[in-house]
Amino acid sequence: MTAINDRRQLAYAAAQATDARVNIELEAEGMTLNIGPQHPATHGTLRIIVRLDGEQVIEADPVMGYMHRGYEKLTEVRTYPQVTTLINRIDWVSSFANEVPFILAAEKLMEVEAPPRAQWIRTILFELGRIANVSMFLGDMGVQLGAVTPMFYALRDREFILNQIEAATGGRFHPNFDRIGGLKDDLPAGWIEDTRLALDKMEYFCQQVEDLVIGNEIFEQRTRGIGIIPADVGLSYGLSGANIRASGVDWDLRRDNPVGLAWDQVDWRVWTHPDGDSFARYWVRLQEVRESCHIVRQLLDGLPSGPIMAKVPRVVKVPEGEAYVACENPLGQMGYYLVSQGGLTPFRVKVRTASFSNMSITPWLLKGTYVADVITILASLYFILGDLDR
Amino acid sequence: MMLAAIEFAYWQTTIFKLILALVVVLGAAGPSVYIYLFKMVSFMQSRLGPMEAGPYGSMQLLAEVGKSAQKEDIVPERADRFVFKAAPYVVLISTFLLALVVPFGPDAVFVDLDVGIFFALAVSSISVIGILMAGWASASKYSLLGGLRAAGQLIAYELPLVLAVVGVVIQAGSLNMQKIVDAQIQGEIFGQSVIGNPFILTQIIGFFIFMIAVQAELTQVPFDMPIAESELVSGYMTEYSGFRFLMFFIGEFATANIFAFMASVLFLGGWGVPQSLMDAIPGLATEIGVDGNIIYSNAFNVIGPIIMLAKMFALTFIIYWVRFTFPRFREDQLQKFAWKVLIPLALVNIAITGVLKVVF
Repeated sequence: MTAINDRRQLAYAAAQATDARVNIELEAEGMTLNIGPQHPATHGTLRIIVRLDGEQVIEADPVMGYMHRGYEKLTEVRTYPQVTTLINRIDWVSSFANEVPFILAAEKLMEVEAPPRAQWIRTILFELGRIANVSMFLGDMGVQLGAVTPMFYALRDREFILNQIEAATGGRFHPNFDRIGGLKDDLPAGWIEDTRLALDKMEYFCQQVEDLVIGNEIFEQRTRGIGIIPADVGLSYGLSGANIRASGVDWDLRRDNPVGLAWDQVDWRVWTHPDGDSFARYWVRLQEVRESCHIVRQLLDGLPSGPIMAKVPRVVKVPEGEAYVACENPLGQMGYYLVSQGGLTPFRVKVRTASFSNMSITPWLLKGTYVADVITILASLYFILGDLDR
Repeated sequence: MMLAAIEFAYWQTTIFKLILALVVVLGAAGPSVYIYLFKMVSFMQSRLGPMEAGPYGSMQLLAEVGKSAQKEDIVPERADRFVFKAAPYVVLISTFLLALVVPFGPDAVFVDLDVGIFFALAVSSISVIGILMAGWASASKYSLLGGLRAAGQLIAYELPLVLAVVGVVIQAGSLNMQKIVDAQIQGEIFGQSVIGNPFILTQIIGFFIFMIAVQAELTQVPFDMPIAESELVSGYMTEYSGFRFLMFFIGEFATANIFAFMASVLFLGGWGVPQSLMDAIPGLATEIGVDGNIIYSNAFNVIGPIIMLAKMFALTFIIYWVRFTFPRFREDQLQKFAWKVLIPLALVNIAITGVLKVVF
């Protein structure tokens, strides 16, 4: 009998303690909410510790590194051709765009230049990767706002672009197609016509998104004036890509830092938006997908003939030296700082990824916003977890 | 009347009504989940939806129920066990109580209350208690945020819901839902009695306010802040699993159906067809009873539910169409929308209805 009473008392005490803990947590100024590491809005394993006052954020602290895979260190024990397989996985939605700056850095050290046809095809695949990547964003932003349908439209039409990437390279997500001095293969027969059709689909998708999402009043209410990044703050945090262009900074590495690819051969423009809010970031990215379609069309029209591979020794050894090449990745500036000591493997590779710098602004940006807006702001900053943690 | 004619004992009619209530609430929820959640949405999103279970995936819901029934019923460690377990029942009870007063035919009504619509709006608030219970007892911060958001939202949108109905009540002159149907069958609009007087014509503002408020009461997009799966994981339902989750799920769809039934009674003429049509078709003629009451043909106890189902599916189509098209409002935006737009509009609607009622 006493045993039962004891147990009851213990249970009662435990319940009291639980209540006390919960109450203390609620009564302390603000509540701490752990968004992530497993949370539907983080696309993977990002963790944001948010201190809340009601639904307002007092303090936001992003914790990164749950997906750190040590690629910078791994490159030191891989030969140059093997490295592209690794760095494919950094930003997994537009893999080809990851390969290009690294290959360009190695080519710079070896003083090799890929033939024009290879450069043009590189540019085409680069831009197709951008379309595939940013169209994901265009759909995903809808999901974060509660409208699931745009995501399915994005997945449907992105498929055509992925098919084209697969037809040319053999891999839908991880092409591993770029080689020092050129490309692995030439384009298959009929690829150019099929790509034009895929671009038609993509342009139709952009129109659909404009009608369905941008034209929606609720979407405007949820994004206009939310998460404003002034140009100087954005620059001081090292933002790049569409995030900084949405703050009115006219800066695009494709135009401002020619690295030998074919962007300077075609007619296109850089889109900016003066507002710097979530809506501006969405709008700029939508225009960029359209502009990419425009670029690819021109490149397909003027594709030069010729070889796709320069003369490169079978065993690639990069001479001693250091090189930094940055390109306009779909997410922003992505650069590789490559140090070689003349061996078969790089001595050190430092990857500058866009998502990491873009995320660094979150403590500043999320202060004072509502929980619901935390999600839309994060979505509009658009990060890929692999790109964030490498 | 029909039931009385065949002379059932009281307990027999009670059991009969009980089974019928289950069929109405749960039986109607199944097809609507299949047609709208599984198929219509899939077609909207350019995919096929379930295709494997049964012909054209029609048995998918049964498979889902079977799956949920098998799952472990997890109660979080720190949860308030009793409240946590009771919450889904409270939500479901409110759905069943709502169904009680909805008339499906001249006699096919579970309880013919004189304060019918008042009762329905009152019991619809019970689900708030269930949701608050679920949110608090889960001992999870996401659930708590979701529960509080839901409570705030449901209370805010209760008002436009009631005020939208007031216009109909003024026009019909009764709170009894049968009388409201009567008024629409017998009524005339601008001297024309060809189509009766479905109140959607005169109460079009009330109808829109009612449907918007229903959307919010159901916590569906664009008012799904309490669930908001991209930020609050699943709001107050986050910690539920297995059968208890299924009860929330079924409750949501069943309540959507019942609200659509109510809207069709209030605005679309309910189970009836216009009096002119009744006169034209031989079997459906009405009689005048000894005390001056209008007695409708018994056939309407069979035709009525079918008409109601058709109207219900038309209205739930709108509900789900909106649900899968729009993004969601933020919490403060939807509160502002209720208090600054819907409620003033509903009050103006009542004032106009009242004035016109006196004038005509």
